[in-house]
Amino acid sequence: MKADEKAVNTGIHFMDGDSACCEGAIAAGCRFVAGYPITPSTEVVELIAQRFPKIGGIFIQMEDEIASSIAISGASWAGAKAMTVTSGPGFSLMMEHIGYAVMTETPCVFVNVQRGGPSTGLPTLPGQQDIMQCRWGSHGDYEVIALSPNSPQECFDLTIQCFNLAEKYRVPVFLMMDECVGHMSERVVIPPADEIEIEPRHYTEQAPGEFSPYNDMEGLVPRTTKAGDGHNILVTGLTHDDRGYPDMSANTHQVLVDRLIKKIRHSADDIIILEEDDVDGADIVVVSYGISSRVATRGVRMAREKGLRVGMLRLVTVWPFPENRIRELADRIEAFVVVEMNQGQIMREVQRCSEGRAQVAGVLNYGGAIHPPEEIYQTIAGVSS
Amino acid sequence: MTESVVTDHTKQETISADQNRVELCEKNPAEDFLRMDRIPHIWCPGCGIGTSVNAFVRALIEAKVDRSKLCVVSGIGCSGRVSGYLNVDAFHTTHGRAIPFATGLKLANPELTVVVYSGDGDLSAIGGNHLVHAARRNIDIKVVCVNNFIYSMTGGQAAPTTPMGTIASTAPYGFCEYALNLPHFVEACGATYIARWTTFHVRQLQKSMQESFAKKGFTFIEVIAPCPTLYGRRNQYRQGVDEMKMFKEVSRREKDIETRDAEIKPGEKIVIGKFVDRERETWLESMQHHYKEVLGDAYYPYTGAMI
Repeated sequence: MKADEKAVNTGIHFMDGDSACCEGAIAAGCRFVAGYPITPSTEVVELIAQRFPKIGGIFIQMEDEIASSIAISGASWAGAKAMTVTSGPGFSLMMEHIGYAVMTETPCVFVNVQRGGPSTGLPTLPGQQDIMQCRWGSHGDYEVIALSPNSPQECFDLTIQCFNLAEKYRVPVFLMMDECVGHMSERVVIPPADEIEIEPRHYTEQAPGEFSPYNDMEGLVPRTTKAGDGHNILVTGLTHDDRGYPDMSANTHQVLVDRLIKKIRHSADDIIILEEDDVDGADIVVVSYGISSRVATRGVRMAREKGLRVGMLRLVTVWPFPENRIRELADRIEAFVVVEMNQGQIMREVQRCSEGRAQVAGVLNYGGAIHPPEEIYQTIAGVSS
Repeated sequence: MTESVVTDHTKQETISADQNRVELCEKNPAEDFLRMDRIPHIWCPGCGIGTSVNAFVRALIEAKVDRSKLCVVSGIGCSGRVSGYLNVDAFHTTHGRAIPFATGLKLANPELTVVVYSGDGDLSAIGGNHLVHAARRNIDIKVVCVNNFIYSMTGGQAAPTTPMGTIASTAPYGFCEYALNLPHFVEACGATYIARWTTFHVRQLQKSMQESFAKKGFTFIEVIAPCPTLYGRRNQYRQGVDEMKMFKEVSRREKDIETRDAEIKPGEKIVIGKFVDRERETWLESMQHHYKEVLGDAYYPYTGAMI
């Protein structure tokens, strides 16, 4: 289906990433946002608070991030497309409800405008240190989807993509921004509503009495319903059978968690978006994402000017991780150089997938500032020699 | 030991184990609202939660609540299992978070009747912050709080509601904190309707529940309930009925009661009754009125989820 013409802010704008994220959510059909103020994400909900009364949305500023992160699950089960927005410390408080949304297969979107951590850390400065937390932060085994924009334009585009993926796979989806991308202003083109493709919720056609939330399958993803539609659904975070009934046996748990994981892993090719530049002829491939990828591009250019054969692989989708592509490249290149604002969260993923077949170096920091391009160039030059 | 065999939609045969005695009885009207395929439930003999559910279902019937629009949301714990036994749209959420889940549910579809049914520890300890703010905002949800004085699911640990001096598994020499006076607390936060009954007072409890369905805004009904397994046996009430007898003896319903007098102390009276019944605009009403006033025609009211 197409976006709602009355709500989409079509036009060419000079806009920061936080505002573009807000406009993306509105274009995607999000009409329920629960949030709690936290730097550097607050501008997203401030604009939501301004825009929603004029387009028929509900914004509520909750008492904390724990409440925000479960209110969106409640709203989602009432049929709304729902989102919460936060940064590191708030994200830490939300972990339990990532697991709840995974277990109950509740479509919802979490936006994390990352700042430097741990703890209160660097509230006004960028970081990319929550990448592993969004993958593993809630207890138990699971798979989620996370996208990482590197420009305000992508904050708009990928927010829509997050909502679409959440509906398609009934899973919480993360927009992993960072302070730089959130606060930088650039040209953002918002297309007309009829050019914006929106994934509707996949509702069951089964009659009340036949349907339960986990028995009407579309591949590995069950069709759903919403509260008030007469299906008398039972939704629980306990291990449940396909009726939604609690069944705490090892076997039921195995079947359930296995499907929750496979519904994402088996669709990795459909989900993963990569941006590649001269990867095929490269000896060295730089892997980066988010704001780090912007400076990495400059480092790559400097290396090419020196005659090095360097490719660039940008992870637009961070999770699920593009394991197959990294494996293929590891077989034929000499080295990966991973550029990120943390101590090697994605670098270790690249190491895991390359299994020693290619050298892996990191250009890492602790957050707080983006890398100087020279540092990236020097690491590339270092591995090439 | 007895087992039940359903013979038709209106009658059921109760056959005792020795097969000598067969009784025919009318079907319990509560059955229609229960997931009978999940019975037997997990609650212990003598537990008060089932009694409260019986009153709740009868209140639903009497108040003619539109079942298809009814959602029951629970947190975690013995009382948190209530939603899972009710054959309505039921949400068993995370520990302490039934209220913010219910907030999202209600605001995203105002046509729903949203009930939060959970326990004292879940709602007032880990979920205390949400209780404060949902009452303050006057979110239109109906809260039923079963107070059995302890965390029962995890083995009888002390809760904010454990009366001072009583024994709990984490207070083996007696609990030395002041108990939270729940009616007083939620009154200060802004609840529009507040009542407390024990499971001995089933008729009054049912009536209060009926009233709360007709009431707009954040309502709070505290149900004092026995937990013979984990509270009673440590505190001189070996059987559920012993605690019920205590409820009968010490409960006081007085004229002009105030929530400030509702603190529960061992060996003292338990104040019961309806404490508060007042009108306040709900969060949604207040938002709609305000936006209409300040934004005029630019305001586009939320009309529910449209996807």
